Amino acid sequence: MTYALEINGLKKTYSNGVYAVKGIDLKVEKGDFFALLGANGAGKSTTIGIISSLVNKSEGQVRVFGHDIDTDLGLAKSQLGLVPQEFNFSQFETLNQILVNQAGYYGVPRKEAHKRAAKYLEQLGLLDKKDKAARTLSGGMKRRLMIARALMHEPQLLILDEPTAGVDIELRRSMWEFLQQINEQGVTIILTTHYLEEAEMLCKNIAIIDKGVIIEDTSMKALLSKLDKETFILDLKEPVADFHLPDYQYKMNDSHTLEVDVHKAQGLNGVFETLSHSGNTVLSMRNKANRLEELFVELVEKGRGQ
Amino acid sequence: MNNQFTALKTIWIKECIRFLRIWVQTLVPPAITMTLYFVIFGNLIGSRIGEMGGFNYMEFIVPGLIMMSVITNSYSNVASSFYSTKFQKSIEELLVSPVPTYIIVLGYMGGGMARGLSVGVIVTCLSLFFVDIQIHNVGVIFLTVLMTSAVFALGGLINAVYANSFDDISIIPTFVLTPLTYLGGVFYSISLLPEFWQGVSQVNPIIYMVNAFRYGFLGVSDVDMGLAFAVIIGFITALFALAYRLIDKGVGIRH
Repeated sequence: MTYALEINGLKKTYSNGVYAVKGIDLKVEKGDFFALLGANGAGKSTTIGIISSLVNKSEGQVRVFGHDIDTDLGLAKSQLGLVPQEFNFSQFETLNQILVNQAGYYGVPRKEAHKRAAKYLEQLGLLDKKDKAARTLSGGMKRRLMIARALMHEPQLLILDEPTAGVDIELRRSMWEFLQQINEQGVTIILTTHYLEEAEMLCKNIAIIDKGVIIEDTSMKALLSKLDKETFILDLKEPVADFHLPDYQYKMNDSHTLEVDVHKAQGLNGVFETLSHSGNTVLSMRNKANRLEELFVELVEKGRGQ
Repeated sequence: MNNQFTALKTIWIKECIRFLRIWVQTLVPPAITMTLYFVIFGNLIGSRIGEMGGFNYMEFIVPGLIMMSVITNSYSNVASSFYSTKFQKSIEELLVSPVPTYIIVLGYMGGGMARGLSVGVIVTCLSLFFVDIQIHNVGVIFLTVLMTSAVFALGGLINAVYANSFDDISIIPTFVLTPLTYLGGVFYSISLLPEFWQGVSQVNPIIYMVNAFRYGFLGVSDVDMGLAFAVIIGFITALFALAYRLIDKGVGIRH
């Protein structure tokens, strides 16, 4: 089977001695929307750098749609679009120039490149800025510009390294929609992010990397099913003074706010029954933290033996 | 192959747009500097010097001054442009794409040549206000100026690959390029030098370029033309190979 991305035994030691990636194996299927999560310095960006040939690997094998980056680098690169974490375009060029040039590097003729630039700028809400210098854009616009640039050669694998960092929630949601559309059109997407609800909402499969090794590689559903306990916050109508909730670990954050840990087997009914018997009303309820976030922290801490 | 030609054209157009966008910094200063050279060295001082190599001083120095502006601008265009792409990380746009290394080298070299030759044309036009240019061999003129601008564009590229700061791209032009150019027979015939210094001058590659170029205009040269072309071609080959190797290995641009 040919994977969109196949990594075997990938290792990277930088010239300063930092052992950033310590033998990664990873497979991403065609059409997947894949999350690669990890704390800062975990090895995500190094791995992405190697895949996109910005970083020279020390050991191992990387294949993009079956093309080995050691023997078929040109073909591997032509399948790949990269949205890096840091802004890496000329601040003095116009948006149109940046996009048309990028397409040209992949052999797209200039006339076709202009058409595609207009198409992607429109889809990402930047068409009116087409002839402005990139330095005049806001942070969110610059992120969208990098997405447009990565799509100019119509790659089959799109890697986004924290594409929504520093982007406001409204814009983030519109970017999610856009990425979902791209994925539905058949483009395989690999996403790294620190917004875990983003990964949970968008991604079908997930790998967690910590200290240069993969500590989890599974489907999002399977991973979330491992979550044994969730913490809920309940906002109550009446103040609670003397309150006892048997079988649950809980605490009152203030007289109107109950925080309760609920194990998978327990369910929430017991909490509601007790509150109902005491004549109280639950006004609203929410997770204390994102479910994936809880699991992420748990897995990383477990991996580090804490 | 077609894709590679498109990529080459893209880099070249990008580079041309860059130096044309900032024409006040790239095209105007050499025009002003060279006009001053023509006025001061050619007209004011030159009229007192008399003949040099069988021609009046102004006629003698014009080819050298044109070549000097071509050398400086070919070099500084690539040095500043390539370093700037490193500084802004936009070099990554090229590195993630399937553009082969030799296309990157050719593209930047072509950009440097375009600026060097543009400035050369401007300076040549300005010189017409001061001297009636004569042409001995137009083929030698074009061949020499094209190859020389290629040599220094490649030199600028190598400088930018190694550079870690904007200071680093001005060190070589200030401490190496300018002295070599001034001592490269732009302002004098090396036959005026004592024999020892004539010998020393032979190791300065710019002597060959300036003299070959001057030969194209005036038909006189201090060096053998065959040797001059061999030196220029040798430099192009060596610098291209070095630039290719450095970029292919990712020196200064890949971790």
